Amino acid sequence: MDSELSTRISAKGYARPPKGSQPPSLYEPYHATIKRAPLKPLILLPHTLSEITGPIFGHEKVGEKDNDLTCQHVGEPIGERIIVSGRVVDSNGRPASNALIEIWQANAAGRYRHIGDQHPAPLDPNFSGAGRTMTDEHGAYRFITIKPGAYPWFNHYNAWRPAHIHFSVFGTAFISRLVTQMYFPGDPLFDYDPIFQSVPDERARQRMISKFDLETTQPQWAKGFKFDIVLRGPEATPFES
Amino acid sequence: MKADSDLVPTPSQTVGPYFRIELTTDEHCIKCVADPQAKGERVWITFRVLDGDGAPVNDAMLETWQADSNGNYNHPDDPKSKEIEPRWIGFGRLGTDEDGRCVLETIKPGRVPNGVLQAPHLTLAVFARGLLKQLYTRVYFAGDAANDEDPILRLIPQDRRDTLMAQPDPVHPGHWTFDVRLQGDRETVFFDV
Ligand SMILES: [Fe+3]
Repeated sequence: MDSELSTRISAKGYARPPKGSQPPSLYEPYHATIKRAPLKPLILLPHTLSEITGPIFGHEKVGEKDNDLTCQHVGEPIGERIIVSGRVVDSNGRPASNALIEIWQANAAGRYRHIGDQHPAPLDPNFSGAGRTMTDEHGAYRFITIKPGAYPWFNHYNAWRPAHIHFSVFGTAFISRLVTQMYFPGDPLFDYDPIFQSVPDERARQRMISKFDLETTQPQWAKGFKFDIVLRGPEATPFES
Repeated sequence: MKADSDLVPTPSQTVGPYFRIELTTDEHCIKCVADPQAKGERVWITFRVLDGDGAPVNDAMLETWQADSNGNYNHPDDPKSKEIEPRWIGFGRLGTDEDGRCVLETIKPGRVPNGVLQAPHLTLAVFARGLLKQLYTRVYFAGDAANDEDPILRLIPQDRRDTLMAQPDPVHPGHWTFDVRLQGDRETVFFDV
């Protein structure tokens, strides 16, 4: 690219994630990528105001108890009650404060309340499996839910997803938007799951696994898991020279 | 302060097939970006998402981000954000239907100044089962005189630029169509951001 043009259209750039820390678009063992991953080269985009800005919203969408997935119905859901908490920061360590986090998950038996989920496991009338919250000024968040079950899928013979909670997070920029999955420590299904394995770097894969946390754990009530999230942040050195 | 190694961005993972129970419920979709009083040219953009076989992708989520009709973003990093249209956020979120379609109602954005004026455009992020990370592209408006001067379009080979052009519906004024082709001869241009 014309370097003069590049300088003139660049705003304060956002750092690109290190090699191997993100999955590729095409990962054949996850079969759905084969017809959906772009095959032509991506165009390198210098960051303009359109990339480094992003929606700041969510408060009006979050009710007081929306972060407690165990109290959305008359009765309590079946399963192992857990607390999932952590902090959202950017790659410079700055807290992502007042950021919307949305989660969705299967119930304790591994079934989603979704018309497309045909896994012959029971639905739980007391569990919808969706919640949301805003991070506080330190980027901290907390959910109360039940531990989701592993579930089968049709990717390959005898395919099972490790237990996971889907997370959707907004950062300060439209390009720092993150949708990921939180896993649980020690799951024997990691080695067989192409979605988890799609991330090339071993240390990067570990960042998707929550940690059992005794401090978050509440006696006689619920186990606690810590899941910290890092979003892309502005480049430490100015992009423009 | 944590060690630097802890500050690598968390890996992206697919939204999977079941995101609809949270992200695109009736309550959490944003099919209309602009409230009725918003100034500017009101447009309806029908998106269609297609896979490598040309088959509709019925489990995709599209998110859009754009400036108001004056080219201002509602964001503190935009020096002109104080002049923003009242109640303007600029964010849209849609789920595709069985035909891979969804319709966004919005205002045609103004030109965003950023050293060089950009042509009116929306930034589009595509999420779906089978996409391990979201894809980024841009929606421009075919026939807009500013397209020829747009610094980002100039980075794209001439023969692929039309994949980023929403096309006007000749019968219904204000209505546009935009196909997102994930693969194929006319694969949409996606950006490495
Ligand atoms: Fe899932």
